[in-house]
Amino acid sequence: MEQQTGTFAVKKGLAQMLKGGVIMDVVTPEHAKIAEEAGACAVMALERVPADIRAQGGVARMSDPDLIMKIMDSVTIPVMAKCRIGHFVEAQILEAIGVDYIDESEVLTPADEQNHINKHLFKVPFVCGCRNLGEALRRIGEGAAMIRTKGEAGTGDVVEAVRHARTVLGDIRRLQTMADEELMAFAKELGAPYELVKETKELGRMPVVNFAAGGVATPADAALMMQLGVDGVFVGSGIFKSGDPARRAAAIVKAVTHYQDASILAEVSKNLGEPMVGRNVSQMPEAEKIAGRGW
Amino acid sequence: MKIGVLAIQGDFAEHIVMLKRLNVEAVEVRLPEHLKGLDGLIIPGGESTTIGKLATDYGLMEPLRQFGQRHAIWGTCAGAIFMSKDISRAQPLLSLMDIKVERNAFGRQVDSFEADLDVPELKQVTGTKDAFHAVFIRAPIIESVHGDAKILASVADGRIVAAQQGHLLATSFHPELTNDARFHEYFLSLAD
Repeated sequence: MEQQTGTFAVKKGLAQMLKGGVIMDVVTPEHAKIAEEAGACAVMALERVPADIRAQGGVARMSDPDLIMKIMDSVTIPVMAKCRIGHFVEAQILEAIGVDYIDESEVLTPADEQNHINKHLFKVPFVCGCRNLGEALRRIGEGAAMIRTKGEAGTGDVVEAVRHARTVLGDIRRLQTMADEELMAFAKELGAPYELVKETKELGRMPVVNFAAGGVATPADAALMMQLGVDGVFVGSGIFKSGDPARRAAAIVKAVTHYQDASILAEVSKNLGEPMVGRNVSQMPEAEKIAGRGW
Repeated sequence: MKIGVLAIQGDFAEHIVMLKRLNVEAVEVRLPEHLKGLDGLIIPGGESTTIGKLATDYGLMEPLRQFGQRHAIWGTCAGAIFMSKDISRAQPLLSLMDIKVERNAFGRQVDSFEADLDVPELKQVTGTKDAFHAVFIRAPIIESVHGDAKILASVADGRIVAAQQGHLLATSFHPELTNDARFHEYFLSLAD
């Protein structure tokens, strides 16, 4: 009986196992253990959380493989790591060290301003960001096995996450009402592969798992994204830039499981200490926004 | 028949789709009171540490153990880990089945795989003769079975990937990720 690895079913399958869960940014093995203990379903290993990348500026690259491997050794849950958009050699390196998922991420400085990575060439699965359905389906066309809406990372302001989730889910609802002969024109409008547009209409949802990301800072933010219709939540700077990371992390995990139960949400929102300071996206200069990265 | 799917974290929605395809009423279980009136329960794939932690925090451990004394429970992957007695590390377990499980036994995600499995009991109950195409995601193995637990399926190298103990079922793979509903039918035969 032959065993096949690296198939799209197993790539997409891991994302399905993460559903209803919280994926947390961690910068040290100690953070990773706190995240696992709090109930995170996976961690994103990186050198700096997005809020620090914003604050420090400069070119943001893939993290040191040694740091990522130390984080991999410290927990039993899946470990993800980020490479730059279009930087397929960073991706090859991350695959070689055995990370469980690669995030081809706009949070890092893009290495290619026209093309993303051909993700079909890898055994390791990829997650990519999107702001609308067209962008999501282009990434899936390139081989992404999981999607996350981008939001505006490192701000603690959920407004862009809401905007992107509403746009993607609204595009899907619009697609549901269309006649089949209208799909080609809609594919053209979205800039998305026709076959994937057709598949999305038939499924009534995106063909892969879709998480929310970028600006989630509280249990209420996480439950808001879940009620809007995403499958799970990434929390970046929101946890380890807050006053009491362990407590906030556990609260956000509970909020994602019990996202429809307001009395549980009230209970877990109590006494969490200081949230991350946050930056108001509507007052941010265009040049500082990173969601626009990605083509 | 009414089947619950533990909806703390993981691919519970995929199990519900499968159960509905078989015309079975399926409900999400997040709190102890949701177990009332159910004929069986599926514990889905996901992260066993997350599921164990939240089951503990919301008082589900003992109600789940009691449910398993009288009713059918099926754990897939993380669910199989959760149902076992021993995984050689400290994390909350239901300890319902006399099986020893090793987490992530095939390696990391790049080692996740698909393979055909020969499952004689499945063929017998569903009256079919095809192998079962199984999807393994960072999968555990069942290192050993004890007491009344018996082996249902193994991969080519002999490692155990499915076991049964009376009305309790554990698989280290994910029938809910395929279009083949036979394992769900098999489970329903135990819940009946």
